[in-house]
Amino acid sequence: MSAAEPPPMIEVSDLWKAFGSLQVLKGISLEVRKGSAVALIGPSGSGKSTLLRCINLLEMPERGRVRVGDQIIDCARGKLPADKELASFRARTGMVFQLFNLFPHMTALQNVSAGPLFVKKLPAGEAKELAMALLAKVDLADKAHDYPSHLSGGQRQRVAIARALAMSPEVLLFDEVTSALDPELVGEVLDVIRSLVEEGMTMVLVTHEMAFAHEVAKTVAFISDGAIVEIGSPRDVLEMPQNARTQAFLARFHSFARTFART
Amino acid sequence: MTAVTYHWDFSFLWMYRWLLLKGLGFTIVYTVGSIVFGLIVGLLVGLLRLSKSWLVNFPLIAYIEAFRCTPLLVQIIWFYYAFPVLVGVDIPAHAAGMLVLSLYTGAFYAEIFRGGVISIERGQWDAARAIGMRHIQVLRRVILPQAVKRMIPPFINQSIIQLKNTSLVSTIAVADLLYQGQLITSATYRPLETYTTVAIIYFAILFPLTVGAQVVERRLQKSD
Repeated sequence: MSAAEPPPMIEVSDLWKAFGSLQVLKGISLEVRKGSAVALIGPSGSGKSTLLRCINLLEMPERGRVRVGDQIIDCARGKLPADKELASFRARTGMVFQLFNLFPHMTALQNVSAGPLFVKKLPAGEAKELAMALLAKVDLADKAHDYPSHLSGGQRQRVAIARALAMSPEVLLFDEVTSALDPELVGEVLDVIRSLVEEGMTMVLVTHEMAFAHEVAKTVAFISDGAIVEIGSPRDVLEMPQNARTQAFLARFHSFARTFART
Repeated sequence: MTAVTYHWDFSFLWMYRWLLLKGLGFTIVYTVGSIVFGLIVGLLVGLLRLSKSWLVNFPLIAYIEAFRCTPLLVQIIWFYYAFPVLVGVDIPAHAAGMLVLSLYTGAFYAEIFRGGVISIERGQWDAARAIGMRHIQVLRRVILPQAVKRMIPPFINQSIIQLKNTSLVSTIAVADLLYQGQLITSATYRPLETYTTVAIIYFAILFPLTVGAQVVERRLQKSD
């Protein structure tokens, strides 16, 4: 690291997490530079989603340290930060979920303005204006007053992205955000994420969209059995994986590999 | 014909109309009162039961199960006849009746309330927390508005049952509808007409409420 380089936006060090007797994360360390996208890939149950949920403390790691921007949480067994501290930490770390998790009793507009209104305590008018602008950004201005049940999966996920953006987060975490979508709806969500990458949003994506990871991520990390097995540029990890487990995992995305071999 | 031919005559009950009305008034006061107090107890206990602390949960579970797993009639008699021996203070019948009815229905409300809250998907908590809401905000803005909808049908059902439950306080001489019926019977020796009338009055109140509850339930289902 050269002296001129600023510290990473996200710094995770020696993170451990167990659910009961199942050790899910085994001392994971990861850095994400400001304005870059890191893709986490790996088999299901490898711990990549748990890692993501630990970065905004939806799961409390039992050991390790998480820093996002200038906020640091040190985790020690049995010591939980206060509700208020956790909330303010999460307010600056946006997250988008596989199953959207929109609030079904609120319209798209109310979903997006909930954070600014209730957490940031913006005046109602300002919150609404901000939410409208963000809905326009994800191309859903005309759906502002629809309830989630009247939106398609792709539209719901775009509302969810707008909801996360409404808190002006320093980083965005994407947890398999296209996995629950019909294939023809994946593109519209990826387009939104792509434009966020271009704007320089710092993000971590758990994804099975290898081609997309290759395209937008600066770094790809292959996680298996609770540890980062291989990490590097998309080219190194996706095209020329060194580790046998990475190779075996990627072999399942054959068609993708062939596509890249040709280009 | 070997059967005794009984000559039905309800007309004498007209004389006792004010007594029956007064009894009905008591029944309604006990129903509404115990629903209100029970709701306060139930909300409080149900909310606290969401805590992960064993220390908080244990006494609350003990309370809920004690009241759910013993007959209401036993509870009423215990509080009226046994509890005063324990604490050395007499409890008036109307206070014992209201107290037990409230605690009894409160135990059921607590479970309805908790059940409604835990029926909301974990993803809703995740999403609300992820935008920085504090625990109490998550409950107020996201979980409760959804949970209340699911709580309404069981709440209405429990409250309808509660109106019937109030008849048990007649055993400790609280002057409710059934108790007045007993008084009238002992004065007139005509249990058939009296108790039939009492039953009809209960039915006349509860049947429309039951139908109404079904309508509400159907509307809630439709709005999902």
